[in-house]
Amino acid sequence: MYRLTRALLPCILGLVSTQIPASDIAPVREKELETLLYQDCGSCHGMTLKGGLGPALSQERMNRYTREGLAGLILQGIPGTAMPSWGALLSEKEARWIADQLQHNNPLER
Amino acid sequence: MALNSTPLSTIMLLLLLAGCQTSPDSLRSTGDLGVIVERATGSLALVDTSHQRQLDRVEGLGDLSHASVKFSRDARYAFVFGRDGGLSKVDLLTGDITTRIMQSGNSIGGAISQDGQLIAVANYEPGGVKLFDSDNLALVADIPAIWVDAGGREQRSKVVGLVDAPGNRFVYSLFDAGEIYIVNMNGETPELTRFIDVGANPYDALIDASGRYYIAGLFGEDGLALLDLWHIDAGVQRILPNYGRGEERLPVYKMPHLEGWAMAGNEAWLPAVGRHEVLIADKDDWSLTGRIPVQGQPIFVMSRPDQRQIWVSFAHPDNDVVQVIDTETRTIVATLSPGKAILHMEFTPRGEHVWISARDSNRVTVYDTHTLQEVARLESESPSGIFFTDRAHRIGL
Repeated sequence: MYRLTRALLPCILGLVSTQIPASDIAPVREKELETLLYQDCGSCHGMTLKGGLGPALSQERMNRYTREGLAGLILQGIPGTAMPSWGALLSEKEARWIADQLQHNNPLER
Repeated sequence: MALNSTPLSTIMLLLLLAGCQTSPDSLRSTGDLGVIVERATGSLALVDTSHQRQLDRVEGLGDLSHASVKFSRDARYAFVFGRDGGLSKVDLLTGDITTRIMQSGNSIGGAISQDGQLIAVANYEPGGVKLFDSDNLALVADIPAIWVDAGGREQRSKVVGLVDAPGNRFVYSLFDAGEIYIVNMNGETPELTRFIDVGANPYDALIDASGRYYIAGLFGEDGLALLDLWHIDAGVQRILPNYGRGEERLPVYKMPHLEGWAMAGNEAWLPAVGRHEVLIADKDDWSLTGRIPVQGQPIFVMSRPDQRQIWVSFAHPDNDVVQVIDTETRTIVATLSPGKAILHMEFTPRGEHVWISARDSNRVTVYDTHTLQEVARLESESPSGIFFTDRAHRIGL
């Protein structure tokens, strides 16, 4: 029993730490957003998000924001920097999905 | 006929193979070779541009997002600059990685010196330039990009726009500091010349084919920074200031690239930042002589080697087409759809073909540049940069 628990524990922890609130975005669009995140955000932040001309997007750094705050930052950009506003390409719901990925399913943690 | 592994047949086979290796038929030159960076898999496809085919694949090159490639002066070796700071030397004939080092945490590209002896790498993290012996990739010099920020703190800047220049020099720009450096490698130690206040956030740079003009694009303001290497005492001058006419920029989803910029006649064709325009500047006084409206924000603005056409690729989300501009009439003569997410274009040495990578279509499409018809298609996983060996003999490439 003890051994079983120990074997399961990482799985359970893994499940918790990567749990993302259910999204009502269509799977096809989710796939597009994933491509956008790693390829297009990746053109400045690196394909693995470890940074480039833009800073690394580590989970720790992303969790300094609330989900809403991070989504707002994505939609509005950061004036005076190279971070553009993505509001013309993403809905609020889609920006929240990307924020979720960065905060809970970050490739730098995998 | 079944070939049995008898000692005799094995020996004969070995003799046959040995014979092949030394026969003139098996010799291979590199003048029509090239590489395609496959960013998702960290591999290079070795290609033959005479027959539009893939010859080999080299794996194990690390994180190749935004990777670039330079060639040795004998055009046998490719130096691959990875995003993760990896620097690899690849033998195009054998497909082997002959040397590979991790030289920084995050890098953006490099250059090879005029004499072919040195490889320079531009690093983001830690910000600076490192120089290596091109034979064995042994470290020759480490030049940190140090600057003092507005608060008086010493910082290291990300380095961009690193190119080779005549006189065994390299030139590069500091993104965070707004500075340009020349490093002269003729003496025992690197000799640095610094230019400050060149403009806000240079994001990339180019050197023209003659090696005289170094131009850095500015992200933080409209305009570009020009350094005339024949007259470095004159310092850096700002060109095309206010090309945006004070209008608000569009959001810039991807930084333009200046390498492979276009010269046609006496004019330079350049991507505008945050605008759906290609800019044309007179090379005598660097005044703005034209703007060509295009269908998106330009990323690469490249001249066909005969300078009759300019080919333009675009930033997300308008990146599924390329446009071709006739330099004489200054009109768009074609809008082509080579696939989804076009990342790069490379002309064959004399320009009869152009190879175009479509990242999300997992293919490279080859066009005849005169008929504008597709002539070949190569499957490739998430292809980005395409580099042909004729770059080995061109300044700045």
